[in-house]
Amino acid sequence: MTANISAADAAVTAALAALRTRAPSTITDRVLADAGLADRYDVVDGPTGPLWVSFAERGITGVAPARPGEDPAQLLAGRHGRRAVPGRLPARLRSSVERVLRTGRLGGLRVDLSHLTDFQRAVLAKTAQIPPGQIRPYGWVAREIGQPAAVRAVGSALNRNPVPVLVPCHRVGRSDGAIGEYAFGRPMKRALLAAEGVDTDQVEAMAERRVRFVGSDTTDIYCLPTCHHGRRVTERHRVEFHSREEAEAEGYRACKVCRPAAA
Amino acid sequence: MTSSLAASLPERLAADLDGAFPALVRAHVDGIYSGVRRLVPTAADAEDVTQETLVRAYRALTGYDPARIAELRVRAWLWTIALNLCRNAARRRSRRVGEVSLAEGDGAAAPDDVAADAIGVLAEVEWSRRLARLPAPLRTAVVLRHVADLPYAEIAAATDRPVGTVKADVHRALDRLRRMLEEEASP
Repeated sequence: MTANISAADAAVTAALAALRTRAPSTITDRVLADAGLADRYDVVDGPTGPLWVSFAERGITGVAPARPGEDPAQLLAGRHGRRAVPGRLPARLRSSVERVLRTGRLGGLRVDLSHLTDFQRAVLAKTAQIPPGQIRPYGWVAREIGQPAAVRAVGSALNRNPVPVLVPCHRVGRSDGAIGEYAFGRPMKRALLAAEGVDTDQVEAMAERRVRFVGSDTTDIYCLPTCHHGRRVTERHRVEFHSREEAEAEGYRACKVCRPAAA
Repeated sequence: MTSSLAASLPERLAADLDGAFPALVRAHVDGIYSGVRRLVPTAADAEDVTQETLVRAYRALTGYDPARIAELRVRAWLWTIALNLCRNAARRRSRRVGEVSLAEGDGAAAPDDVAADAIGVLAEVEWSRRLARLPAPLRTAVVLRHVADLPYAEIAAATDRPVGTVKADVHRALDRLRRMLEEEASP
């Protein structure tokens, strides 16, 4: 009798053991995000296609193009070094991000740059001031932040920008006027600029002709080619310069808005 | 760092809470979910309780000094938190107005369950029903022992009851479950 009872008990305990199951994987993600050990990410429509946007209490922590076949968690972790798990952008944060993507201006959107160096933050803060549709050279950013020799360092800080598109590192190009490289490939950089109204073919053509600045013979002011003021100059009054010295030798002064002398 | 591979989970948590906490989650999430699933009405409740247990554990650990963390019996401690939340689960659920309520033991909501064959789901539903007929202390004891696979000492610690009482409850629970099976077999 005893043997039968323990056999029956064994059947019961085996059935109970079989109830052991795996937890849905989303639980681990939600725990780590709630504990602040992981960021959440969501997808947002960008100017040239969908973007992964990661976020935490501190604001937006990462941005990367959402391309088929790429793992957003890995992509974002590679950009900002933090674990990212699927989530849903809160409505207010989403509308702020969409406003930045629509206007091309960062405004008051909170982006988390706390893990960066002071230098990297200065580069990104200056870059965020470049208006949409305009291009500034790496050397311009370096001069503007008071580190004129740090041109290469500016380039690598922008290459590691954790929040591309929002902080518009695509608006910084080579000192010879060419559009230059981009962390997510040249085509995306050109597409982002084109979406802001830049004639990228014309920009590249001028760079090939070694034209660095454009001036107006009515105002005697010279600008970077994509400066808002430079672009308003009509064909008839437009003058092209290959160097600052050339412009200044002809009596032109630097535009106070795009500050081409810093380039 | 060379010793970190050999170090126990509590030691790693004490040395680097944020770095080691994901390992705690990975080590315990399945066990907690499996047990909690048999102590609350629905899979959705079980997910909520499991998630909340681990988040509360993290928040508590941030306030503990490393010496206390190093001494922690992690699994029993997690179950203390989980059992408290299980007791509140029914109340919390009744507050979630407008949410679709899943009938008891419908076997839904856990994505991993979806792949289970129909016979497996049926068996699971049957066992949920049998466990639900046990008085709460017996159900808790037998689920922790035989579903979550805790030793008696840890169940005693988690439920704050003597080991002897826990053993007796587990045996009484098995006894009742066996009799339920026998009654079902002989109409």
